[in-house]
Amino acid sequence: MLSNIFILLRQELILSLLIFLLLFIKIGKERSNETVLNLINILLFVNLAAGLFGMSEGVAFNGMFTTNAFIVLEKNILNLAILLISMQSYAWLKHHKQVAEFYLLIFTSLLGMFFMISSGNLLMFYLGLEMSTIPLAAAANFDLAKRKSSEAAMKLILSSAFSSGILLMGISFLYGTSGTLSFDVLTAHIGNDPMQLFAFILLVSGFAFKISAVPFHLWTADVYEGSPVAVTAFLSVVSKAAVLFTFTSILYKVFTPIATVWYGVLVLLSVATILIGNLFAIRQDNFKRFLAFSSIAQVGFILIGISGSSQSGSASLVYFVLIYVFSNLAAFGVVTVVSALTGKENISDFKGFYKTNPFLSWVLTIALFSLAGVPPTAGFFGKLFLMMAGAAKENYGLITFAALNMVISFFYYLKVVKAIFMEENEQPIQKLSVPGITKLAMYICIAGIIITGLASMVYDYIYSLSIGL
Amino acid sequence: MNLSLLILLPLLTALLILLSKNLAQIRVIGLAGSLAQLGAAGWLLKLFMDQRAAGNTATYLFETNTVWFKALNINYHIGIDGIALAMILLSALVVVAGILVSWTMEKLSKEYFFLLVLLSMGAYGFFISLDLFTLFFFLEVAVIPKFLLIGIWGSGKKENSAMKLALMLMAGSALVFVGLMGIYYNTHSFDMVQIGQMGISLGVQKFFFPFLFLGFGIFAALFPFHTWVPDGHASAPTAASMFLAGISMKLGGYGCLRMAALMPDAAHSYSWIIILLATIAIIYGAFATMMQTDLKYINAYSSISHCGFVILGIGMLNKTSINGAVIQMVSHGLMTALFFAAIGMIYSRTHTRMVAQLGGLLKVMPFISTVFVIAGLCSLGLPGFSGFVAEMTVFMGAWQNPDGVYRIATVISAASIVVTAVYILRATGKTIMGPISDEHALLGDATWNEKFAAGLLIVGILIIGLAPFLINQLIMPATDFLMINIDKAITLK
Repeated sequence: MLSNIFILLRQELILSLLIFLLLFIKIGKERSNETVLNLINILLFVNLAAGLFGMSEGVAFNGMFTTNAFIVLEKNILNLAILLISMQSYAWLKHHKQVAEFYLLIFTSLLGMFFMISSGNLLMFYLGLEMSTIPLAAAANFDLAKRKSSEAAMKLILSSAFSSGILLMGISFLYGTSGTLSFDVLTAHIGNDPMQLFAFILLVSGFAFKISAVPFHLWTADVYEGSPVAVTAFLSVVSKAAVLFTFTSILYKVFTPIATVWYGVLVLLSVATILIGNLFAIRQDNFKRFLAFSSIAQVGFILIGISGSSQSGSASLVYFVLIYVFSNLAAFGVVTVVSALTGKENISDFKGFYKTNPFLSWVLTIALFSLAGVPPTAGFFGKLFLMMAGAAKENYGLITFAALNMVISFFYYLKVVKAIFMEENEQPIQKLSVPGITKLAMYICIAGIIITGLASMVYDYIYSLSIGL
Repeated sequence: MNLSLLILLPLLTALLILLSKNLAQIRVIGLAGSLAQLGAAGWLLKLFMDQRAAGNTATYLFETNTVWFKALNINYHIGIDGIALAMILLSALVVVAGILVSWTMEKLSKEYFFLLVLLSMGAYGFFISLDLFTLFFFLEVAVIPKFLLIGIWGSGKKENSAMKLALMLMAGSALVFVGLMGIYYNTHSFDMVQIGQMGISLGVQKFFFPFLFLGFGIFAALFPFHTWVPDGHASAPTAASMFLAGISMKLGGYGCLRMAALMPDAAHSYSWIIILLATIAIIYGAFATMMQTDLKYINAYSSISHCGFVILGIGMLNKTSINGAVIQMVSHGLMTALFFAAIGMIYSRTHTRMVAQLGGLLKVMPFISTVFVIAGLCSLGLPGFSGFVAEMTVFMGAWQNPDGVYRIATVISAASIVVTAVYILRATGKTIMGPISDEHALLGDATWNEKFAAGLLIVGILIIGLAPFLINQLIMPATDFLMINIDKAITLK
């Protein structure tokens, strides 16, 4: 029994071990940042590799915690994202005073996400969610000398608390009407009871806050702008992905009886999210704000995918998130390096970037093309498969809307490419020396962007795992 | 022969260009790669004709069908018929010519040649695809290189032109995507051959045909979505202009043709709209050209007019007219590429493209001027050149349609040739005849690479012009197959 739990919770246990190890590193003798960072990166790699071996399926703690191959895969994607973020933040963390604490916060948050993804019970889900959110607010404050960073942390914690409150209210209504919090039992009790519908709307609002779907997106841009780029990357990729995974599984598992209701809600949310995200992204000059709004628009596309049939919906979601990890982190990686070495974070600063930094320019360009969904990058397949999954409901108005919005998103991504390649700048960003490990992370991202799309086995594998969920 | 070679060759060339160290290497690799493509295309032609001569009557030859995304029933299904092969030959010719005229490109030459080759890969992939998803994939692959080529190496208001072109083409592919989704969820397949055999129900055809036809139509400069053409072509560097007009616009025409064959009922019921738009494009393009003073704009607007003939031929939906449309695509591809090459050669010497500032070029650059005249005469449809054969066939096919409105459209379109003659003769006359200005008096004639490039394209034009039966022999069986599908729709009615 006990050994069983060790296998089921293997990813969580490894992560907890890492957290304890970090504590020991912190209280141990003073070491240089480089040593600590290298050690952590190696550990993160081990963490990722350990997750890849052996798929296990099962339930622990009386149904509180469930896991299967699909969930393990989702966690592995998050592990990969953390590794990439860590490798790319090398230049920023090298001169930071509190490296160990930074990783402590990030790991704790990730651990919370793991429990959230695996939750089989609304209580577990809520605990995981809170565990993942609170450390993040502290991490958002990690540019210790910047006022904006503290502001971002404050905004994040307040809006998170607010959304958690809404979520809790939804959960309590559900408990009140059904008398249970367990997903399996809950499904049978869900019906068209107005109280339950209200609870559902509250629950969706809470989720929408976390994934910054319109109209619950207002905190996103400010928080993204103020936080250190590494935290922004974490927020926009890992934290969103984790909540989306959970959201999808709760929708498909618990709320199947009111599928028509949530289909309508998702369509509304996605239309608003794509449109607002796109329109605001056009006007941004700060790179982080730009990526914030573009990621809002991406979430809109994800919602379209989720709204389709459950199997291709969850498969295309996970597939897209995997691609999104590569593409968005490649973009963030470049921004992190530029911001850490020059302090410049505006798109207009990137004018003439190609002349001085061809490598970084190509990385950024390929990442942006992937985000825009241009073949042969993986983003093309990711977005198309999301829309194909959504089109299964044969709501062609929605698909036309989304397809045309891809054109709008194309415009703002191309605007950045235009600045990089075609525009002149009197004071271009000087030639930057990128740390080797960061370069490696970028190569991984680029390889991922190219291979994940063209090599069909990735999608087929994810699809095969999603069967029977 | 495995058709994937047509994708692998450019891919290999592109990779080698990335690895090359200096300009000389890049040029040699680029040229060798494009010549290899031309060789492969020529070899393919020989094999194809051998097969046909041996009595192989399958619709598509050299078919390969590999599963790509199993879960979604997406296959990498490739194969060619005569029409696709004609397009491949056209692309191969234009690619070699394009590489040759860019010989002196020194600004970021590695990136430049890389993108050119990537663009050609998209085109080949598009023409050999029999699966709608791969077709769509390659259609979009070709968009980004265009954007970068125009935006980085272009002239004038290049950024705006590049953006306009990219966005309009992406809007086109967005429409195509919606149409594909409609087909996919009604037939559960992306396979064109399979769908063609199964047929698509009438309601679905009528609803989704406009999406697909307009989507591809944007690529083919269908009125009123032609506005990317003039700016895009005018701002692009020479080789990119040649690729754009010579190859990329053909993606649209080819796509429209395939869609018409795939959804024949809808094509029949919407044919009057198609013909109306095509006629407007022909007339509007011709008159708009009259007003242009910049040589590149002249050619770009005349392209709108000429591509109108392609759409007109498709819209008429009979064998002769579709044949004409295909020949017009090839002919226009060669002729426009030649025209842009000649303009590029003139511009690189005189540094102006304004007709008013040029004159008497025949005295100093006889070769370039001759090329210019040949391109012009082909454009206005002089017998002996490909333009005549193509337009003649389209008109003959169009006239077979006894309906009164169609007759009127045919007459109006045919009348546009007069307008074409006016602007072509005026532009050539002013540019190469008359007194030469002092600053142009000492300019030199074409270099070897330019002569080679122009020679290749002229040979293509002359082959079609003087021996039209050759290209007819190639594409006729393919149009026969298309017509079986299209006529099925009529008999069903």
